[in-house]
Amino acid sequence: MSVLTPARTSGRSANAQENFSAWANRHRKWLFAAPAMIFVGVLIIFPLAWTLYLSLTDSQGSVRAASDFVGLENYLTVLTDTERFWPAVGRTMSFTLVALACEIILGMGIALLLWRPFRGEKWVRVAILLPLVATPVAVGMMWRLIFDPNIGFANQLLGLVGIPPQPWLSGQDSALPTTIFMDVWQWTPMVVLILLAGLTALSDEPDEAARMDGANAFQRFFYVTLPLMMPTVIVAILLRGIDALKTFDILYATKGKGGGSFHEVETLNVYAYGLSFDYNQYGLSSAVLILFFMIIIGSMWLLTMRKKAVSK
Amino acid sequence: MTLLTEPQAPVRQRPHVARRRKPLRSRAYKTFRVVALIAVVLFLVAPLFWMLMASFKTNVDIYDAGKSFLFTPTGENYANVLQRNNYFVFIFNSFWVAFVSTALSLVLGVPAAYAMSRFTMHRSALVVLMARVIPGVSLLVPWYYVFSNLKMVGGFEVLILSHMFVALPLIVYIMMSYFDSLPMELEESAQVDGLTPIGAFRRITLPLSVAGMATAGILSFIFSWNNFMFALVLSGSKTKTLPVAIFDFVSYASIDWGGLMAAATVVTIPIMIIALFTQKYIVSGMTAGATKG
Repeated sequence: MSVLTPARTSGRSANAQENFSAWANRHRKWLFAAPAMIFVGVLIIFPLAWTLYLSLTDSQGSVRAASDFVGLENYLTVLTDTERFWPAVGRTMSFTLVALACEIILGMGIALLLWRPFRGEKWVRVAILLPLVATPVAVGMMWRLIFDPNIGFANQLLGLVGIPPQPWLSGQDSALPTTIFMDVWQWTPMVVLILLAGLTALSDEPDEAARMDGANAFQRFFYVTLPLMMPTVIVAILLRGIDALKTFDILYATKGKGGGSFHEVETLNVYAYGLSFDYNQYGLSSAVLILFFMIIIGSMWLLTMRKKAVSK
Repeated sequence: MTLLTEPQAPVRQRPHVARRRKPLRSRAYKTFRVVALIAVVLFLVAPLFWMLMASFKTNVDIYDAGKSFLFTPTGENYANVLQRNNYFVFIFNSFWVAFVSTALSLVLGVPAAYAMSRFTMHRSALVVLMARVIPGVSLLVPWYYVFSNLKMVGGFEVLILSHMFVALPLIVYIMMSYFDSLPMELEESAQVDGLTPIGAFRRITLPLSVAGMATAGILSFIFSWNNFMFALVLSGSKTKTLPVAIFDFVSYASIDWGGLMAAATVVTIPIMIIALFTQKYIVSGMTAGATKG
């Protein structure tokens, strides 16, 4: 009502206002969606196009410095680089796959433990939330102290059961597994929350029916619950997998530039960051990034296909 | 299959067997469950507790294995970190950047999520969600170049913009699944009663979405507070945020462990306190859209 009354009494400006309101309502779809899309679009499309362009040049030192168009040379250099690039691909893949596998299995186990209500549930839920919200860089520093070979608690603990001290982060072979452990500690809780939401949304009937038929707990889990949970599991893998592939904070915080002096934890993201900001090799780093981006999109696409197949 | 074709005789016995065995098994399971849950809680909380303890130890005590649990607490690390290293400035920077980028992202993201949910604009949503998938490094070189030409690197604006880039897809994702679950009937009846569609959004849908916006806002605040890579490149000495400040701690030759742990505690404590009070929202935000087919 209040909208209509002033429009009749005062002349032009109210009319214009009403016209504008009608126009806004008619176009509300794009009026609402466009600002966010333009914001993200401008911040993505232009830089991505530029990265693509830089990957075809020999740009280095400064982006402003003159550079020559070199075609696919950077890609050739990167793809034949068995010293830094391919090991980085391998580390990215093993980091992501091992961390994901641990997180999904542990996460499913913990979610099953939490599924049915119990006393003290509140406190367990708080404990689950804490690693999840902790700042990754601070978490990296925390583990640096705990895994310190000389003064760390991890080796003290091993000493109690008579196992000799381990080098952890400073070992050439043990550094990557140690960072995987950190990732599992921080992100298993997220998988737990997602899977728990999925479990709670399940109807009890299939489980009850299987129980009536005499299926034991393992059979009920593997033949009833797990197949019903597959779509949720894939969502968890998708969400966690994207972030695991791009892990940067804890690696850079614990091992610094280049993923350590022997590049022990140098994943693609750390490698590309180093090329860009520590060595200013913009052409090469752009080629690495474009390839990295293609790996991410490829794995996501595979998973989405898988999810569609499972949901059917 | 085998269950269905089982011979008939054992079926009769089963109630007996079940009655005798079930309480035993469930008692065993209950014990296992309690032990397993305690192990899980210890695994998740003990490292944080260790960090907290170390932040109250002198560096001499940190090196002494005999003083792992028994030591005289000292507040010196905190005094050092907060006073000498100017952490109040970094705390303010982190808070300001997280707060402004969250607020602006809500203003942009909530209407966008609404339109994308109501008009099922899945492709447009994909454009925004792309921001979550793309590796941040691939944007940082061009951003750094453009923003340093605009003399913006080292200012708050560019940090806030880059953090909005993290916050916006998160908010759109969470709010879309929130609006999806909100029934359309209320808006429709409001429109029958004479409200314009935008009016119905403002007066009916928005007030009903406060919980969703709280969820999205809290999560985006946490993500911005924790962000490291964008701040590492785009912040200057005056706009340094806490994660970058902690990282700088270890660039020196020998590590001041007590100070480092105090600094790490200073970053994590505020966000954990927020998390404790807003637990419900964080859980619903983390699991948004997870259980849809």
